[in-house]
Parts: sequence; structure tokens; C-alpha cells
Amino acid sequence: MADNSHGSPDTSVTVATPGQGGVDTFTNPGLPPHRPRLADTDPRAEKRAERQVALLFFISVLGTLLFFVAYFFIPLNDTIERLRLQNLALGLGTAFAMLGIGVGIVHWAKTLMPDHELTEERHAVTDEKDRAEAEQIVGTILDESGIKRRPLIRNTLIGAAILAPLPAIAIFRDLGPLPGDALKHTFWDAGMRLTRDPSGTPIKASDVTVGSAFHVIPEGLNEAENKLEEKAKAVVLLMRLDPESLNPSEGREDWGYDGIVAYSKICTHVGCPVALYEQQTHHLLCPCHQSTFDLEQECKVIFGPAARPLPQLPIDVDDEGYLIARSDFQEPVGPSFWERG
Amino acid sequence: MSSSTATHEYQPKTRVGRVTHFVDSRVGGSGMVKEFGRKIFPDHWTFMFGEVALYTFVILLISGTFLTFFFDPSMAETHYEGSYLPLRGVEMSVAYASSLDISFDVRGGLFMRQVHHWSALLFVAANAVHMLRVFFTGAFRRPRELNWVVGTTLLIMGLAAGFTGYSLPDDLLSGNGLRIIDGVVKSIPVIGTYISFFLFGGEFPGTAIIGRLYVLHILLIPAVILLLIGIHLFMVVIHKHTQYPGPGRTNTNVVGYPVGPVYAAKAGGYFFIVFGIVAAISAAFTINPIWNYGPYDPSPVSAGTQPDWYIGWVDGALRLMPGTVGANWDFEWNIPFPWGVNTLSLNVLFPALVPAGIVFTLMLAWPWIESWVTKDKREHHLLDRPRNAPTRTAVGVAGVVFYCVMWAAASSDLIATHFLVSLNDVTYWLRILVIVGPIIGFMIARRVALALQRKDREIALHGRETGRIVRLPHGEFIEVHEPVDEYKRYQLVSFESPEAYAPVADGNGHVSRSEKLRSRASRFFFEDRVAPVTPSELHASHSGHHGEIANAQDRESIASH
Repeated sequence: MADNSHGSPDTSVTVATPGQGGVDTFTNPGLPPHRPRLADTDPRAEKRAERQVALLFFISVLGTLLFFVAYFFIPLNDTIERLRLQNLALGLGTAFAMLGIGVGIVHWAKTLMPDHELTEERHAVTDEKDRAEAEQIVGTILDESGIKRRPLIRNTLIGAAILAPLPAIAIFRDLGPLPGDALKHTFWDAGMRLTRDPSGTPIKASDVTVGSAFHVIPEGLNEAENKLEEKAKAVVLLMRLDPESLNPSEGREDWGYDGIVAYSKICTHVGCPVALYEQQTHHLLCPCHQSTFDLEQECKVIFGPAARPLPQLPIDVDDEGYLIARSDFQEPVGPSFWERG
Repeated sequence: MSSSTATHEYQPKTRVGRVTHFVDSRVGGSGMVKEFGRKIFPDHWTFMFGEVALYTFVILLISGTFLTFFFDPSMAETHYEGSYLPLRGVEMSVAYASSLDISFDVRGGLFMRQVHHWSALLFVAANAVHMLRVFFTGAFRRPRELNWVVGTTLLIMGLAAGFTGYSLPDDLLSGNGLRIIDGVVKSIPVIGTYISFFLFGGEFPGTAIIGRLYVLHILLIPAVILLLIGIHLFMVVIHKHTQYPGPGRTNTNVVGYPVGPVYAAKAGGYFFIVFGIVAAISAAFTINPIWNYGPYDPSPVSAGTQPDWYIGWVDGALRLMPGTVGANWDFEWNIPFPWGVNTLSLNVLFPALVPAGIVFTLMLAWPWIESWVTKDKREHHLLDRPRNAPTRTAVGVAGVVFYCVMWAAASSDLIATHFLVSLNDVTYWLRILVIVGPIIGFMIARRVALALQRKDREIALHGRETGRIVRLPHGEFIEVHEPVDEYKRYQLVSFESPEAYAPVADGNGHVSRSEKLRSRASRFFFEDRVAPVTPSELHASHSGHHGEIANAQDRESIASH
């Protein structure tokens, strides 16, 4: 056993020779004797292996033909079934074409090519003499450049080299606009009607029966210029509960209408749509990471990785009985960010 | 001068000779043939994982190039007019429409998409399994530490390639994936909001992200991977391949098959086998049927969807982290600064960065951690059998358990619906397991490794149990043990077994704090230890326990009765 566990902390032996360094270890018996394969001794087995390899290559040819048949003679006709059939035939053709070649070659190598293991000596990655020479060359280069003797040159170069790449970072500034307060507002505004997602038809308070839920977008969102960006912030879930079961906190008593409440559908965790409404328990569940919000406690987090309640959209009813927003959300919707405050 | 060269020029006699001469006299290839033509490569089935990774990358380049000819990474709005009836007339991005066209209107397009996706999954899997092999066998030790670092970087780049590619079709699933990324980016303190706006060219989702990810996915990341693969293989050639210990194998030789013809045939054939298997899977098993999900829309989401397997562990970590503790405490902190209040969202930031940070930092640093503890700075070309390095094996198992619990957490909702258990309970259990699991895994793996070492000792000393019960002349019953031959025995006894060491004083007789720490670490590593059998032990056991061993004489005497 090589001595690596005793001695000074930094002992290093370049190449270890396990099993040969110590006294009481077994000596390496060398490679076991070679055992001939069937094909080495029996000419019939050899012939058979040869035919097997050729057969495998022939299977590959058939696979390629299958591919062409599938490509030219299975026309697509607007049905998924036909597409799947073509995909299956193309894929199996390719699979046979490839496997035929691959298995054939490996079978050839294993049965007919020599299977004697050979031994080769390892060489050290470098030899000491080369390393010493290289060290000397590097030393000479450094010396001749004078970088060690002229600290003024060295230090100004280091300074310049640190600064020079900064424009390469700065030039990416125009990848996008600055956030500004874009994340603090949504499409919603006072008096804007709540409409169905995605049709955009307005919702009457009387349409919302107890226990039902609506996916809501603001009126006019479908015609908005940045529709997807606005929608990513403005989508709302609308539900009607028994008014008795809601417990609005101070200042939020008039944010709902007769048991109808509207909450942001964007999870306060990382922004997935909180799309699951458990009607019996009055819980909202985010399908991405299972944050659970309790409608009876103003969408407080009762389970999962979200840390903040879903923001509530204050709503009211207009003269014609349609649900409208009283204002925009009173706080930023969606995942938290540094400037949220 | 020129005329004399012309008259004396080498005249090849065979056809092979003429081709060789043509190439050699122009680019000088004969040196390379001399170096590589008969170079010896050790052979073992566990050495194939790296090959699978390489080959799937080649398949990715081939199938990916095909896809680029048809894919249009534009987020401009269009109305789908292709062959898939359920989506005809639907408003969507050009990127999604062109992905649908590849699937439905380009013959073989769906097949190529599936080949690309399946081989991407296999590429990361092969990378990961290859790294596990390298770790558990100690192949990362000197002189291969840097190649281990290159390999880890390759794995990270593989994840990056996978994620950027996953987002390109711009379907509902990939859009929701991007939304999660956006949420994570926004949780980064100070610069998170800015990075999000720069990445998406404004507010999420914007119209820039697909085109940007596309450039990363088809140019930058593959170029880096290709470069790293080049460096990786170059170092393999410099170091020569490691080999498992065994008869005839030493730390200073390489035993195996020559590149030409055997190794080249096996490795080359194996490329076709990998391609064939990927093709067969892609023929029979649908992956990412984007037409079922519809175009990206920030409002809908499908429940029970899963990310690609290699992203799962980060998603699982996001799920496991509790956002609130008790009724009135949460992980979102509003910190008052002189200029105003800023928000630190630890419930997102912590799970997104810390587990992956721990895993990759430990992976990158492990070769140096281990050599610091063992004080072993020698070159190692013989691999360890995992059982012969119990603590390293246990650390690896702990890492695998840590990873797998998070990975399982990414399917917590599916576990709950499939096994009809409460989703909340699944999460609570996994939260406990992610902490306790690695510790239990560590202890069990170390015990198992030590037990296997004891079993090896037993076999080396007393031979293998044959199951034959024999009654001796004087009435005693024994089970006949068949002694192993010297080759098999050498396999079982030829390993190093470092011992824990006491702190060593430096030149001034002072024992430094780091040396004490190092000694403690070495006790942790090597206190429990099963030493390899020595020849004198073997000798003693033969003369000592006569009845149990069927050596040649015993066998004769048994046979004669």
C-alpha cells in the first residue's frame, strides 16, 4: 500500500502503484488466459456469424426502403391518425435502418474481430524536463516583456483591461425599456366593465349565481395594443359566495357586491394563473406550485409557496346591472419584485 | 533540389498506400494514424454513458438543423391556416404556427421534432448518468479534475440548451414555463425587475423572447457545448481512459482493445444503435403534443403538467418551499431602507438558487475536497469499485436522494391524484424527506458499501458458497466453499484502503487548526473501514479453518467418501 495516510500534509507521489508498494499485498497475476470464442475454433460458427452480420445489414436496407414507402405512399390527409401512422412508419424505417447497421457492426466486432486484450503503458502527462524548460521559457518571456519591472505599465494595463469590456455589457441596455411603474398598474380603471375571458362579453351581477366562477378580463382588452402583456396582469377570477361567509376587513367592505368578489388570477408566487376554484371549500389553488388561497379570508395563503394574498379588484354594479371595476387594483399584482415595496 | 525530391519521392504500391500518400503528403496524417490507429481503449459497459451523451448530441445537431429550416421564431400574430382542423383560424404567434406546420404539413417533421425532443431528454440523462459513474468510481481524481469541471459545465449547458429549446414552440405549456422563469427572475434583489424587462424586451411576455432564446438555443449554447466536448475528448486522449482494477491492470498500463478495428467498430456501431433506439422511441411514443395545448395565453393553464425531467428538481424545490410559517409570518420581507421599502421574496429566491447552488458547487469542488481530506495527490488511473470508497459513495447517494426528492416534488400533484392521498400531506412528507432523506441515504449507502466489502473479504478468504452440504466421515456437516481463482481473488483484494490519521504538526511543532479539521474529516471518512485481505491472512485462514474450505485436498477426500 502506498503511503498516503501518514507523513507530512503535502506528500505527493506522482504515480501510485497499488498492490505493489507494500509488503503484505497480493501480486498482480496478470491477464487471465484468453478463452477462444466459438467462431475462433469452429469454421461453421464463423460462417454463421458472417451470415448473421450480412443479414443485419440487409435488415437495414429494408428499413431504409420502409422509410421511403412511408414518405411517398402514406399521404397526409388532415387526420391525426394518418399522421401517427406516417410517423410510426418513418420512425420504424429509420430505426431498422440504423439498428441494422449498428447491431451488425457490433456483432461483427464481437464475433469475428480479434478479442485479445492488449496492454499499453501509460506515459506521464508531462515529463519533468519539459516542465522545467517551459517554466524557464515563461520566465524569460515575462522578463523580456518587463512587466514585473514596470509596475506603472502593468497597473494601467490592468485598469484598462477591467474597463474595456464594460461597453460590451452597456451596449445591451436597449434590450428593453426600464420598468418604470409598469408593474404597479394594470388595464383596469374605474367604471370599466368586467367581461368574460376570452369572448369579452359583459357580465351581469344576476348571471353570477352562488357557487359559480367566471374567468374575467377587462372590457376592451381584446382590442388593446399590447393585448398579451395587459392580459398577463389584468386577468381576474370572479366568484359568488354566501355573503355571510366573507369576512371583509376594514376599508374593504364595499369591494364586493352581494357576495360577488373579484381577485387577481395571477399567483403572487411566480405568476401562474390560479385557475382552480374549489367550490366546496372556497379555496383557490394554483396548479403550478399548489399555493392555496382562502376566499373566506380575503385570499390569504393557507398552503404552498406563495407568501402574499391575491390582490382584490374592487367591484360594483352599473345602472344596467353589469359588473364594473371601482378602480384599478390597489396594489401590484403577480409575483413580488424588489421595487414593490 | 526540387528535381532530386521528385526523383526520390516515395512511390506507393497499393491502393491504400496511394490514398494514404495523397493525404499524408498534403496534411500529414500519418502521425495521427500512428498515434490513434492502435491506441488502446479499456472496455466496460459503464463507459458507454459518455458515448450515449456524445451520440445524442450529434443526433440533436442533425435533427435540430432540419428543424431550423422550417421554424420561424417570430412572435408576430397570425391566424393559423394549416392542416390541423381544431386550431384553424385561431390567433397565435408565427412561432407556434410554424411549429404546428412542422408537425402537420412537413412530411417527417413530426418525426424530427420527436427525435429532437427525445434525444434532448436522453442527452441530459446520459450526461447525468455518466457523471454519476465518474463520481462513484473516483475517475475525477488527479489528473482528471479539470475534465470533471468541464463535464459539470457541459451538464449545466445541457440544461440551458434544454430549457431554451423547450420555450421555442410558444405553446401554452412553454409560455407558462417562461412565466415561472419571469417570476423567479423578478425575485432577484435590486436588478431582478430590470433583468426581466431586458430579457423580455419590456413586460412579460412581449414579442422578443422567442427570437432571443432561439439565437441562444441554435447558436451560442451549441457552440459552447461543441467547444467543451472538444476540450473534454482532447483531455481524454491526453490522460488515456481510466480502467477498472483487476488482474493484469495496473495504474501504469491500459488494457483493452485497439481503436482499429475493434474499438472503432464497437463505438461506431453504437452510434447507429443509439440513433436507432431514439428513432424507435420517436416512432412509437408521442412527446410534447403542442397541438393539444393551444397558443400561449396568460389566462389558462393546464393542471398536472410537468416540465422536462431535468428541470423538474428546481420546480420541485419551488413547490416544497413554504411561503408562510404559522398564521402571521412569511418569507416575503419588506425591508425599509432610507430611500423607501424594498421587497425580498425569499420564498422564491431561496428554492430557486440554493439547492441547485449547493449541488453544483459541491460537484465542482468535490475533487479538491476529497484530495484535501485524503492527502492523496497522486495520479489515479485505476477506478475504485464504489464499495471500496464507502464515504464517497454515501455522499453521492445522499446527493442523488436530495435530487430525487425535489424531482418527486415536481410531481406532487400527480402523486396525490394517482395514489388518492392528500396533496398537502404529500408536500409535508416531501419537505421532511428533502432534509432527512439524504442523511438516511448516506447512512444506508455507507453501511451497504461496508457490508459488501466484508462479503468480498469473506469470498477472498473462504471462497464462494456452493450450497452443497457434505457430511464428513466423523459426522460433521459442512457447506462446501469453492475457492476463487487467483484472478477473481485479485479483483477482490487489490484496492487501497486509506486510514484515518491524527493531525500532523508542521515544521515548528505547531498543529494548525485546518490540520485538526482535516484530521477530523479523515476520521469521518475512514473511521469505519474494512481492510483488504492480505496474503498472510489468506494463508492463516487456509491453515486455520480447515473444515470450511474445500481446497484441492479436501475436495479429494470428500469425493472419495
